[in-house]
This record gives sequence, structure tokens and C-alpha cells, in this order.
Amino acid sequence: MSLDKEFKEIPGTIIFDAEQSRKGYWLNQFCMSLMKAANRERFKANERAYLDEWKMTEDQKQAVMARDLNAMMALGGNIYFLSKIGATDGKSFQQMAGSMTGMSEEAYRDMMINGGRSIEGNRRIGEHGDAQRPNKDK
Amino acid sequence: MARITASVYSSHIPAVGAAFDLGKTHEPYWQKVFSGYDFSKQWENEQKPDVIFLVYNDHATAFSLSMIPTFAIMTGPEFMPADEGYGRRPVPPVIGHPELASHIASEVIQKDFDLTIVNEIDVDHGLTVPMTCMFGKVDAWPCKVIPFAVNVVQHPVPSGARCFALGQAIRAAIESYPEDLNVQVWGTGGMSHQLQGPRAGLINREWDNDFLDRLIDDPAGLSKMPNIDYVREAGSEGIELVMWLIARGAMADTRGGPKPKVAHRFYHVPASNTAVGHLILENA
Ligand SMILES: [Fe+2]
Repeated sequence: MSLDKEFKEIPGTIIFDAEQSRKGYWLNQFCMSLMKAANRERFKANERAYLDEWKMTEDQKQAVMARDLNAMMALGGNIYFLSKIGATDGKSFQQMAGSMTGMSEEAYRDMMINGGRSIEGNRRIGEHGDAQRPNKDK
Repeated sequence: MARITASVYSSHIPAVGAAFDLGKTHEPYWQKVFSGYDFSKQWENEQKPDVIFLVYNDHATAFSLSMIPTFAIMTGPEFMPADEGYGRRPVPPVIGHPELASHIASEVIQKDFDLTIVNEIDVDHGLTVPMTCMFGKVDAWPCKVIPFAVNVVQHPVPSGARCFALGQAIRAAIESYPEDLNVQVWGTGGMSHQLQGPRAGLINREWDNDFLDRLIDDPAGLSKMPNIDYVREAGSEGIELVMWLIARGAMADTRGGPKPKVAHRFYHVPASNTAVGHLILENA
């Protein structure tokens, strides 16, 4: 039984399912390698060379070097894995999550203090909330 | 015989652990979070549980994509707090209860819940942050812990109904253990939060509070809610809340006993990206 197609109809959200997991396998396993300090050092010393040791696609490597979390997610990354890159860069989870919204760090933090992003208009693609992505791959 | 005296529900936000470890609990932002656990620390002092059956999820810490067990019970004697990239949290090692854990595994596997059995694993913030919230700063945790991990990272994750039924099987297993033990069952994670994409920062206060109401009064009905509803209404990471149904399924009223007493209820937004929810239910 494949996953309910309604999971694909939530705006601004990528569901990490078996398909994304297959696509992002080595991207995510590369991220896991950053749990070890020695690997973090080697990655920081020469990102390209370190990435070339992994069976990742060129798009995935470019997305990592650009620290484009939305692109990494689209290419099969999962946020709990990708957060290891953020930890390597000394970024908090709030900074990472905020960076995917197009908001400034300050605006995102203020939004959270004021109760977070509203669900209204953000349940389904095509509604009119602030998380809608009209160009989402349909 | 072993008895389940209470169930505890709590978010397990990593930033809460970091704030505690860095001594920030009195800063106004964090004080609002930790104040929700003042009652709970006092309550645990009085309850003196022998064992906590602690349901949590691993966040790409011990389980990578190389292994993704849907349900895993930890039957080992000791578990270290994991290094999640910022060094190990300065909290004590977790002492397991191999005999009770093996008994539970044996019982529920024979009731067709096909658990993975794990003996060596480091436990991440999903387990250690609720321990810190409930017990504060200690040299050693005051009781034993059986960690129980649920896959809520790669979909499909188990349904609320499956988690609820599993909780009921775990209860029967614990209550058939011959030693006189005071056991608590904890469900952790949630509440509403989304950590990814343009919808990151989603909080759904109304849905969260309705979830708490239904968890207390109508857990069987709540367990029928499909996973898509969690993700749509409570955010992609809000799906962690299915784990609370394992703990709720372990309460006496799910098999004809009296309704539990609500000893404590707390809700606060935000801690980092997340809504903090916390509930204590006591078996009558
Ligand atoms: Fe979590």
C-alpha cells in the first residue's frame, strides 16, 4: 500500500518516505558521518574533497556546499540528518528551520515567540496561508 | 506483581536540554518552560518509581538510514547519553532493567507485536530531555529505565491505533511480571512543530489542546485518527505524538479499569520551534 497521496498535498512540506529515503540515502549517510569530530574537521578543511568520497549526486553536493536546506530536502535529505551539517557550522535548530522559510532569523524568532506560524490557509496546497509554494512540483 | 501506577507525557525538545545544561533555566524565556515541570519533580519525589518504560524516538543518532526499526525495545543493562554533534549531555548514564525488558519483549512478541531487540545503544535527547525535565539535576537517575524507540522519521510510521494496541499489550506484560515494582510508562515527543520547509514554525494550539482533551477522555477514539491528520494539523514533526498513545494504552481504563486521574497538565508555546505539552495521569 503506497502512502496516502494527501501527504503530498500539504504546502511547504516534504514527506520523508521510502522514495525520498532512497534518493537521499548517501546524502543522509554523509550527514551521519559528521557526528564524528575527525570527519567534521576533514569536511571543513576541504568540503568538495570530502563530499567526493560519497556516492552523492552532483546536485546534492552543490546543495550541501550552498547550505541550501530546501534543495537538500528536495533531493532526499531528512532534517534530522541535515541538522548535522548545521551542528558542524555551529547553527541552532531554530536557525536551520528558520533559514528554510525565507524569513530573517529575527523575524522567525519573533514569529515563534508570538505563537508560531498559523495553520490557517496552510493545511492544503492552493489555500492562502503564508507557507504556500505555488510552484511546488505537482 | 509489577504495577503501572501512572503515565507521563512530555515534549522532548533538544533546546530545552541545552538550556538546562547551560544553566539558563532562570532566563524568562526558559523559565516559562521549566515552570511547567515544577509540580512534576515534586510528584516524582513522592511517587518513587522503580522503573520507567520510556517511549521515545531516535533522531538520526543511533539509527541512521542503515537500520530503521519500527519498534525497538532496549534490553541491555546500561545506555550512555549520545553525542549528537555537540558532545554528550552531562547527564548520568541510563540504567536499564534487562529482566523486565526481556519479559515484556517475550510477552508482546508472542502477542504478534514484532519488536526489534536492542542491547547496545546510546540514547539521544528524545529520552534524556524528559528525564531532565522530570528529575532535574541529579548524580544518578533515581530509577531504572527501559528505553523503547519508535520510528517516526521515515514514513509510513506506525498508526495511532497500532501504538494504542501495543500499549495495551505492554501493560498486560508488565502486570504479569512477578516482582513487586512501581512502573511508570512515558510517552514523549511533540506537540505541534515543523522543522522543515516554508511551513517551518507551524504551531496549532487549538489542535494540541484538543489532542490533550481526547487523550484524557477518549483515547480509543483518538487512536483512530489517521497519520495524515497529525502531519497536516500538527506539522511534519508533530507526528511524534503517535508515541503518546503507547503510554495511554498502558493505563487501566483501556481494559475496563477506572478512568485515570489528571494529576498535572501544562501547555506552552514556544520552546525553540515547538509547542511544549506535558501531562501526568495516575491510575486510580
Ligand atoms: Fe523528537
